Amino acid sequence: MLRWLIGGGREPQGLAEKSSVQTIGEEQLQNPYTELRVLKGHQDIVRFLVQIDDCRFASAGDDGIIFLWNAQTGEKLYELHGHTHKITAIAPFSSSDDTEEKTDLIISASADRTLIVWDCTSGRQVQKVSCFHSTVKCLTVLQRLNVWLSGGSDLCVWNRKLDLLCKTSHLTDAGISALVELPKNCVAAAVGKELIIFRLSASKNGSEGWNVLEVKCLVDHQDNISSLVSVNDLIFVTGSHVGELIVWDALDWTKRASECNFWDSSIHPDVQPEIKLSQSPNETSVQHLTSNEECVFAAVGKGIYVYNLQMKRVIACQRAAHDSSVLHIEKLPNRQLISCSEDGSVRIWELREKQQLPAEPVPTGFFNMWGFGRANKQANQAAKKMQENTPMYFLELVGDLIGHSSAVQMFLYFGELGLATCSADHLIILWKDGERESSLRSLALFEKLAQNGALQLTL
Amino acid sequence: MISAPDVVAFTREEELEDDLYREPPLPEEYSVPLFPFAGQGANPWAKVSGSKFTRDFILISEFSEQVGPQPLLTIPDDAKVSGTFDLNYFSLRIMSVDYQASFVGHPPGSAYPKLNFVEDSKVVLGDSKEGAFAYVHHLTLYDLEARGFVRPFCMAYISADEHKIMQQFQELSAEFSKASECLKTGNRKAFANELEKKLKDLDYTRTVLHNETEQQKKANDKGYYTTQAIEKANELASVEKSIIEHQDLLRQIRSYPYRKLKESEFHPYEPECALDRADVDGDQDPTASDPAEPGETHLYTHMPSYTPKLIKAKSAKCFDKKLKTLKELCDVYFFTQTLDQLHHIERTFRGDVCYLLTEQISRALLKQQSVTNFLFEDVSFLDEKPPEKPYRGCQGLGQDAVDEKCSEESLAPKVVISLGSYKSSVECVPIKMEQEMEDSEEPKMSESVMSEHQENLDYLDADIKGSISSGESIEVLGTEKSGSGLTKSESQASLPVIPSPQAGRSKVGSRRTVSEDSIEVLSTCPSESLIPEDFKASYPSAINEEPYVDDNEGGLRFTPRLNPGVDGGQHDISKQESLVQVDAACCIGKESPNFLEPLPELGQKPCEEDGVVRIPPQPYRPAEQGLRGGFPSHDGLSGGLLPYELDSRYLTGSREVSKSSLDECSDSTSYISSAASTCSDRTPSPAHLACATGERHRKRAGQNALRFIRQYPFAHPAIYSLLSGRTLVVLGEDEAMVKKLVTALSIFVPNCGVYAKPVKHWVTSPLHLVDFQKWKLIGLQRTVSPAGVNVLHALSRYSRYLSILDADSKTLRCPLYKGTVVARLADHRTQIKRGSTYYMHVQSILTQLCSKAFLFAFCHHLHFPISEREPEESVVNRRINFLKLQLGLANEDIKIVQYLAELLKLHYIQEPGQGGNPLLRFDYVPSFLYKI
Repeated sequence: MLRWLIGGGREPQGLAEKSSVQTIGEEQLQNPYTELRVLKGHQDIVRFLVQIDDCRFASAGDDGIIFLWNAQTGEKLYELHGHTHKITAIAPFSSSDDTEEKTDLIISASADRTLIVWDCTSGRQVQKVSCFHSTVKCLTVLQRLNVWLSGGSDLCVWNRKLDLLCKTSHLTDAGISALVELPKNCVAAAVGKELIIFRLSASKNGSEGWNVLEVKCLVDHQDNISSLVSVNDLIFVTGSHVGELIVWDALDWTKRASECNFWDSSIHPDVQPEIKLSQSPNETSVQHLTSNEECVFAAVGKGIYVYNLQMKRVIACQRAAHDSSVLHIEKLPNRQLISCSEDGSVRIWELREKQQLPAEPVPTGFFNMWGFGRANKQANQAAKKMQENTPMYFLELVGDLIGHSSAVQMFLYFGELGLATCSADHLIILWKDGERESSLRSLALFEKLAQNGALQLTL
Repeated sequence: MISAPDVVAFTREEELEDDLYREPPLPEEYSVPLFPFAGQGANPWAKVSGSKFTRDFILISEFSEQVGPQPLLTIPDDAKVSGTFDLNYFSLRIMSVDYQASFVGHPPGSAYPKLNFVEDSKVVLGDSKEGAFAYVHHLTLYDLEARGFVRPFCMAYISADEHKIMQQFQELSAEFSKASECLKTGNRKAFANELEKKLKDLDYTRTVLHNETEQQKKANDKGYYTTQAIEKANELASVEKSIIEHQDLLRQIRSYPYRKLKESEFHPYEPECALDRADVDGDQDPTASDPAEPGETHLYTHMPSYTPKLIKAKSAKCFDKKLKTLKELCDVYFFTQTLDQLHHIERTFRGDVCYLLTEQISRALLKQQSVTNFLFEDVSFLDEKPPEKPYRGCQGLGQDAVDEKCSEESLAPKVVISLGSYKSSVECVPIKMEQEMEDSEEPKMSESVMSEHQENLDYLDADIKGSISSGESIEVLGTEKSGSGLTKSESQASLPVIPSPQAGRSKVGSRRTVSEDSIEVLSTCPSESLIPEDFKASYPSAINEEPYVDDNEGGLRFTPRLNPGVDGGQHDISKQESLVQVDAACCIGKESPNFLEPLPELGQKPCEEDGVVRIPPQPYRPAEQGLRGGFPSHDGLSGGLLPYELDSRYLTGSREVSKSSLDECSDSTSYISSAASTCSDRTPSPAHLACATGERHRKRAGQNALRFIRQYPFAHPAIYSLLSGRTLVVLGEDEAMVKKLVTALSIFVPNCGVYAKPVKHWVTSPLHLVDFQKWKLIGLQRTVSPAGVNVLHALSRYSRYLSILDADSKTLRCPLYKGTVVARLADHRTQIKRGSTYYMHVQSILTQLCSKAFLFAFCHHLHFPISEREPEESVVNRRINFLKLQLGLANEDIKIVQYLAELLKLHYIQEPGQGGNPLLRFDYVPSFLYKI
């Protein structure tokens, strides 16, 4: 395509063959998103999208503004100004108080070292806290305990009225990068290479008082922990910058399994060493983790890996899912998986069982397709294992969404309503099922006709 | 554009035909009878070819009190336009039929001169010798220096085509009224200024005189007054009287009710003061109204520091002074506004009447299609024209509407101006249309109006006598007074028409009969004046002669419509209709005593037995209040047929229609070319009210589009891309070439809203997703610079949303198209030669598509299950079947209609105030590369 354009009329030949990334043609029958709305408003990179309820979501980014949107119509509901610097964390917080009606709140933390609670219904600022020594990098709401935590250079526990209940001592300058709730009033915090388990306990002298105690410090990771996800009450998973994936027991915080270099391709004969040298650490960084009960889905470098918790191995992978780092992945209720990447695209994958002859080695299809000249990390142990076992799975690209001109930071899946993506090009795009939208419009049309009393045309 | 001009039968002259038609003699039934006056290839609707001017123009004349009727200026201001046509002579003609009574003087009961705020009079007259027909709009302007303070002017629209004048009478009248109102407003302002200055002068003079008198008194102690002193005292008295008179005049001119200002947009500076117009109809001795000659007062120095001058008692000789020019009379601002308006009129009515009428009809029809008209039409101009009456929506597809329409049609008058039915003797021109006050609601008013009219008539008589004594032939085709002195309610209360029992008036008529001049009254009420509201006009000033008592002379006759049975029981519509009928009879001049009996010609099809279309399209008339239907009511014969024809074509969408449309267009091509070359107006016919630039743009776009579809074999998929909402990018290095292509293709781009077309002619920066939402056709620069590479990268990235036409290498990358609609739209073997014709062709097919999209979008069961249990699949099946079978769409054509339907839905459900978030719809379909 591009060559044809530049060449000014030569046939577009071999467009896909140069790329190692799997591509899908323009015909995407399974891609339901045939309509889009561009939501403009942000003036800088949009990094966060959080869902408030079934049809509303909030977006926040480096411009310090939070927008509330209607996911169905794309209507801008509110524009929340209050932060002077970029927003570093945002969390929805629906407080269903004892007697009061449910109010939807969002908590946002910013690099201006403030923290603001917003009311989503009125679009007003409820409360603002600015007593931090460092930027809050993560926020977690513990609905069970009716408190929420902010993680920066220390860990603070707040109640819903924004009273500071307790805080830890100063941990490190780097601070907490991720928090995850564990059973038994515990939280796991990723602090650099360490994983620290804190326990919240009610203080003796007051019902509202809480104490936070460091229970355990796990130092199994070789590098900074970049992602942290809780699978269920028993298991949580961490991933690090050098591509370690560790499965932890959530109750006794022991290592259940680990994959240290399952994407390491050093043992593969095809790979040339000089290319390996050129690899950046980002290539193996676990950017994001998501899971369902069975599997953990890891965005590692440009690739996507599916790690089965029971089999304790990678059952499917797409080593070059995108042209550059995958920033966010999410598992959909159907067998689909959506990923977004720095290359500005969003891709929809489907986990499929592979029907194949047992004798045929699995990975070759992948590897040969990519050819030479790229840093393909192939044929690791997991893949070798895969050859021996059935069933085999693979991730098939069923569609891609191209709209953003810059890195897609995050997306939010709204089910029927569609998909919201946010990007460094300051835009949010709402992707919709065109068929559904069309019939909704028909519905609106006939409603309006009935309103106008002009419903005479029927066939 | 809904319709292209219909097929026109052509006739040739005898000699030519002999040669051509010799060997295969046509069967009798197919032969086309000759159009009697046709020159070679002439437009059969061009009524007179013997005119001395090349095209229609507007003439402003004045009946100067010094030199008599004289032409002042013409629009367009070009000597070529009027050609050998004698403007002086024609000015004399048109000024001689000024019926208005505009007199200022001392009414019998009043001590002061009164200004008479006369309505303009509007007449149509023709001069068969010159081959000129004119709509003449008389107006009077005030001038302190003029005799009786008034200066009679007239503006005339002169055309060689009498039908044009007659059929566009209403429009002409409306437009000229605006111009006249503008002039008069300026004039009132100037007149008031002048009066103020005059008052200051008089005041000053009085002071001076007073002082002198006092001095004389002091100096004189003899106990008696010298003649000098008496003279001075008299002078002083006359100055004082003059002051009072002028103050009164000033009050009058200031209290002029600016009731018309609401309608016209010309007078932004004028205050709105809706004072009652003083009942100043009356008369005074005109000679006594000039007590002091203003002499050397300077005009139009708006500075407040005006130094008053001494006014001499002796007035200057009338013929010594120089009369003010029109510009001076009316204030420069208003004068230029008027000129603009007149130019606008000239542009508007340029071209053949058939074209104008077709344009009006299609505009009126388009206006009704409020749901779909935004798609391919420039709807902005639809809103421009205020005088059209509002419709009640477009839902009038119901049967009752049709019925009403039919009944209206059958009752609609036919206007045939038959020259033979009149004697060429002088007829009684002014017609009194006094209204009977049946319910005696305001009989007093009626009486007073009558008596005033009677009074006026005497003056009128005197005036006319002078003018008609010249022994030339003038045919007065029609007169009308549209400005009604009565208010609406008054006139509505009195609907039936009876002859006014004024016997004294007949002497005027007889006097005229005696004169050897032949004034032929062809029609006094053109068809356009049939609208009851205008009919109600009570001809306040001049035309209130009662009709002849004995009609043996062939004069116009009003027979009282005395049928209480019909009158009493029926509602408004019937009244209006009956009125219309009466009126029609008046126009035709039939002497049938019973107006209830429908005229035999009514309901006739435009094709007569010989199969020739004799009658051009009739003007579209907005439906009256009683007619709720979406169908227009037409006054003329073909009017009834036309909308049905159009509608059926749109709704059926059948093959024949679409096939025939091509032929039609080729016919209309030749028609247009011949019309343009031979009809009296050699100027191209513009779009009706759309500005000339828009027309030129259409023409150019049509021409470019024609070239495009002939040059590029892949025009079809390109056009398909546009119609299905896929953005087409025209990529090229040469800006002019790209812009040309974009212009060509822009006629295929559906609008997304009522705003501007989503077309961007030239872009040099890389495109973004947002651009594809906004624009559906983009001209993009190809450069070799690094920036250019970025541009191409963006194109490549978003290629799924785009079709790319490479203007340099003549390639196109876009989805496949296998439908049939575009093939009809853009046939590279088309016979259409002219850009504007092709544009019309495109518009007509696009309108068909619109109607299909409308049907698709607004059929409930195509989108929703009929019963609750019905599965979704059957709805989908029904939808597909409807598209394929009912609408006759194949393959990708379905997507076009679906896209258009989606636009319609969006447009319909969109809240008025809200712009709405634009959305982009797309398909995941593979693209192909087309090369020449």
